[in-house]
Amino acid sequence: MSIKDKAAIVGIGETEYSRRSGRSETALACEAVKKAVEDAGLSIKDIDGIVKYSGDSTSEAALATNLGLPNLRYFCEIGYGGGGSGGTVVHAAAAVALEMANYVVCFRALNGYSGRRPGSADRSGPANYGDPSFGYPFGLISPAQMYALLARRHMHEYGTTGLQFGAVAVAMRQHAALNPRAQMREPIALQDHQNSRMIADPYRLLDCCLQSDGACAVVVTSAERARDLKQRPAYILSAAQGTGPLPCAGHNRPSLTTFHGRYCAEELYRIAGVGPQDIRVAEIYDHFTFFVIATLEAYGFCKLGEGGPFVEGGRIELEGELPVNTHGGLLSEAYIHAMNHIVEATRQIRGTSTAQVPDAELVLYASAVMEPTSALILRR
Amino acid sequence: MVETSLPIPEPSEDTQEFWEGVKRHELFIQRCADCGTFRHYPRPCCHNCASLKYEWIGASGRGTVYSYIVAHHAFHPAFRDRVPYAVALVELDDPPGVRMASNLVDCPLDQIRIGMAVEVVYEDWNPEVSVYKFRPRS
Repeated sequence: MSIKDKAAIVGIGETEYSRRSGRSETALACEAVKKAVEDAGLSIKDIDGIVKYSGDSTSEAALATNLGLPNLRYFCEIGYGGGGSGGTVVHAAAAVALEMANYVVCFRALNGYSGRRPGSADRSGPANYGDPSFGYPFGLISPAQMYALLARRHMHEYGTTGLQFGAVAVAMRQHAALNPRAQMREPIALQDHQNSRMIADPYRLLDCCLQSDGACAVVVTSAERARDLKQRPAYILSAAQGTGPLPCAGHNRPSLTTFHGRYCAEELYRIAGVGPQDIRVAEIYDHFTFFVIATLEAYGFCKLGEGGPFVEGGRIELEGELPVNTHGGLLSEAYIHAMNHIVEATRQIRGTSTAQVPDAELVLYASAVMEPTSALILRR
Repeated sequence: MVETSLPIPEPSEDTQEFWEGVKRHELFIQRCADCGTFRHYPRPCCHNCASLKYEWIGASGRGTVYSYIVAHHAFHPAFRDRVPYAVALVELDDPPGVRMASNLVDCPLDQIRIGMAVEVVYEDWNPEVSVYKFRPRS
């Protein structure tokens, strides 16, 4: 028995994305979950499972209390931030496949602009970088800085360029321009990217994702139950997690240009029985433009080192060979820790995206490639 | 109150001996006592053979720049007056493959190159705390 085709996403919900929600993170979570439940054609009390990101301030118990849920049969939290994002749905799918719960909600709610900003200096950096004492005293503090070291190495080994980072930024903004929910909708040109100030050379401002207030939620149920609900199901063809070796060794991993996502990708495709050539749309965790390049390599859309040229020439734009982040991504829609990417992937399957790709039969969601990570393939 | 002094290393049970070495202006890297595999950052268990026995081996402090960034934005108030500054990821010559991140000093920011030779230097921040940094070596 595998997880293949056992579950489906049947409801999606989002709050407005803003710089000041004016409400608590728990209030945002409740709103997004209620919307997802309503979208699914269910009632709140049908929910009997919750999966959260470990960094979310709203616990499963708090959400269940607020929503008046009668009982939670399955509840857990997934670590590693952006790497854990898809992992929430991996676990929800496993729970419903094993009949441990009927309807599981996965959510993320944060005041990431008006409140504590992800990446701020409080010694809680990426969990897979180990002890902050080996970075903080030297001003190696934020993910932007830690990951810029990886990008610089990739540029050295493969000739990847800042202009290629810019091609990603331009494509994300093009997709966001079509999306009324997006926070940054003004199209940008490559020159705008090049003119944006350096944050941690080689990362510029426009290489870095947004910080946002808002929440997203999805409802997951079994493939059987999904058939009788309100929306076209987004079946979960495959769901996997992966780390590869030495996931906590940070910059002491032997190669800094191959990433944990490669191992997750192998597992994901093995379960699915499909390969990258079968994927029509890719929603990719884009905390930094470089990681779109790195993820395309890790998931086999191109060879290692060829991600830079791959993103040029419009290949990842809506009309291109492999549209990426049709909502604008973390870079231009909003930073809801990519629960918004899972929502968008579901929309692509339903045919309701603001940047709809024709014949979106198989849609990939790839979580942050440089963390202990996860991924999903959704299908019609 | 805004913390403007530099963040200091916080030794743990696993890293105490490393930082004591730095205080003596010595660089010690962990080596598995059973299979001889080196590891950094210091941690209790060998990733090659899972032994919990280890020893500390002195390193020369010579290495090359494996990667680097130039920080232009301060993510911590103590660095507001220090930007732009460089952080280099140095791969030590000995033991091979071990990498350490720190500031690159005595080197103009536009002259940093991957592959350039560097050597360790030490800064004493107070009677209890010293850190390691790197500078170019000819």
